[in-house]
Amino acid sequence: MYAQMVKSTGKGVQSRDDMSPEDKAFQDRIDRGEKIEPKDYMPEAYRKTLIRQIGQHAHSEIVGQLPEGNWITRAPTLERKANLLAKVQDEAGHGLYLYCAAETLGVSRDELVEMLHSERMKYSSIFNYPTLTWADMGAVGWLVDGAAIMNQVPLQRTSYGPYARAMVRICKEESFHQRQGYHIMIKMAKEGTADQKRMAQDALNRFWYPALMMFGPSDKDSVHSAQSMAWKIKINTNDELRQKFVDETVPQAEFLGLTIPDENLRWNDETGHYEFSEPDWSEFFEVISGNGPCNAERLSTRRKAWDDGAWVREAMLAHARKSQKRSQAAE
Amino acid sequence: MTLSAAENPLFEFLLRQGDNALVLGHRTSEWCGVAPVLEEDIALANMALDLIGQTQLWLGYAGEVEGAGRTADDLAFLREVYDYRNLLMLEVPNGDFGRTQMRQFLFDAFQVPWLTRLQDSTNTRVAEIAAKCLKEALYHLDRSSHTVIALGDGTEESNRRMSDALTFLWPYSGEVFKVDATDHAMAEAGVAPLPSDLHSVWLETVERVLTEACLTLPEGTFAQSGGRTGFRHTEHLGHMLAVMQTLQRSYPGAAW
Repeated sequence: MYAQMVKSTGKGVQSRDDMSPEDKAFQDRIDRGEKIEPKDYMPEAYRKTLIRQIGQHAHSEIVGQLPEGNWITRAPTLERKANLLAKVQDEAGHGLYLYCAAETLGVSRDELVEMLHSERMKYSSIFNYPTLTWADMGAVGWLVDGAAIMNQVPLQRTSYGPYARAMVRICKEESFHQRQGYHIMIKMAKEGTADQKRMAQDALNRFWYPALMMFGPSDKDSVHSAQSMAWKIKINTNDELRQKFVDETVPQAEFLGLTIPDENLRWNDETGHYEFSEPDWSEFFEVISGNGPCNAERLSTRRKAWDDGAWVREAMLAHARKSQKRSQAAE
Repeated sequence: MTLSAAENPLFEFLLRQGDNALVLGHRTSEWCGVAPVLEEDIALANMALDLIGQTQLWLGYAGEVEGAGRTADDLAFLREVYDYRNLLMLEVPNGDFGRTQMRQFLFDAFQVPWLTRLQDSTNTRVAEIAAKCLKEALYHLDRSSHTVIALGDGTEESNRRMSDALTFLWPYSGEVFKVDATDHAMAEAGVAPLPSDLHSVWLETVERVLTEACLTLPEGTFAQSGGRTGFRHTEHLGHMLAVMQTLQRSYPGAAW
């Protein structure tokens, strides 16, 4: 899940009695399953919450290029290199659709980028973990994209039209990425040498709990989540999605011959679900507040890229203005 | 035992094509995630992807022609610096975004007429690969010329940076036109024209674009060489290969 702990009003679900007639009509449209489009009426809090959510999602795609970009130049075969390049390119593309979706809510891409760089907006905690071996490219595709899909598939039905439509396209590509990641794991964990199997298990050990954290802490008591669910910009609770992820992932790990690093993991026949250990939420809150293994590095890489590219953006703009003047003068 | 260039000029020729694509593709991929603007991240990844795809075609065929059972991956990941046959210009570090784009342009301005002619090769495989690569090269040239023009024309700073990039790259740009026995063998067999035959059409494109970019064509005609013959690469290629080949070298025989 690329949007974690997105704040809404902080007051719980607004009751109908407190709603203005416009807000009532708006909520009715959502309850009927209608899509809200950019020019339609929407409560200010809905707009702001969506900007936070879509912005965080977009930033995650952009920062998310870095841990995988770390292995493009070291990919072990030409085909793997091409696949990884294509994947990272898709992520940049997702960032683009999402910034465009956010722009329909009245915030520019530059403003959002500035908020990321000044740490007023966040990106997913998962991208603050390092990618140390090639098996991490497998684990990231399998687990991180896998977790993202759990969240994003329901978001195709989200109430805001541009966001829902961006999600349809993104989901198609994410499932492809997940399959690629899993294929890397098959090659290493199932068919690989002893060294490769060790790398694969090590990658799972490091990424398992951070992947579970992607869904965010339990939100059964969260006032933000309740309002977001009433607005249908959040469809399932964090715990529901985490459970679904564990239920789907455990058999995949078994197929690979890998061990999930959780002694408490067991199948519960009565519930029809796996029981599993919660991740260390204190670690999650440290990562979210800037103390993850790579937070400082990821942000400084992004800021440096932005600053180093300033002359290019200025030049492109200056050239566009000059060209426009020249063509006007020629008319 | 590997045959020498004189004994197997077609293999040598194919390595030159494949290594250019691989080395430039590698350099281009180094921009991943750190381009000046999101659209450029996407475009650069796309260019790198095209070039890696071209590498697979050229080196795949090179392996067949060699007949020693080496695959494109074997050739990419298990050759030494002195076995590489790319142009020096493509292996030097990226520098700033301007230099990366200028290099791309100087290369594309050659690749388009070159691949166009290779489509008429007497070797049908060469002709087929060239036809596929040309589609991409045309798009690359369109993009890189527009970018060079925009950055040359843009601001005082961008013009200075592009001028510096040109000064830096110019002595490398002539290497491709220095013909040798391999080129003559290919020309005689009708596989490829002599690269030197394309110098004037290349220069015409370069002059046209640089003029529009408010940049001055450098006067020097000295050209560095040693990349496409493998005789003397820059110090940079060894570092690139150390990175690129790390997994294949560290875990011999492993499948990925």
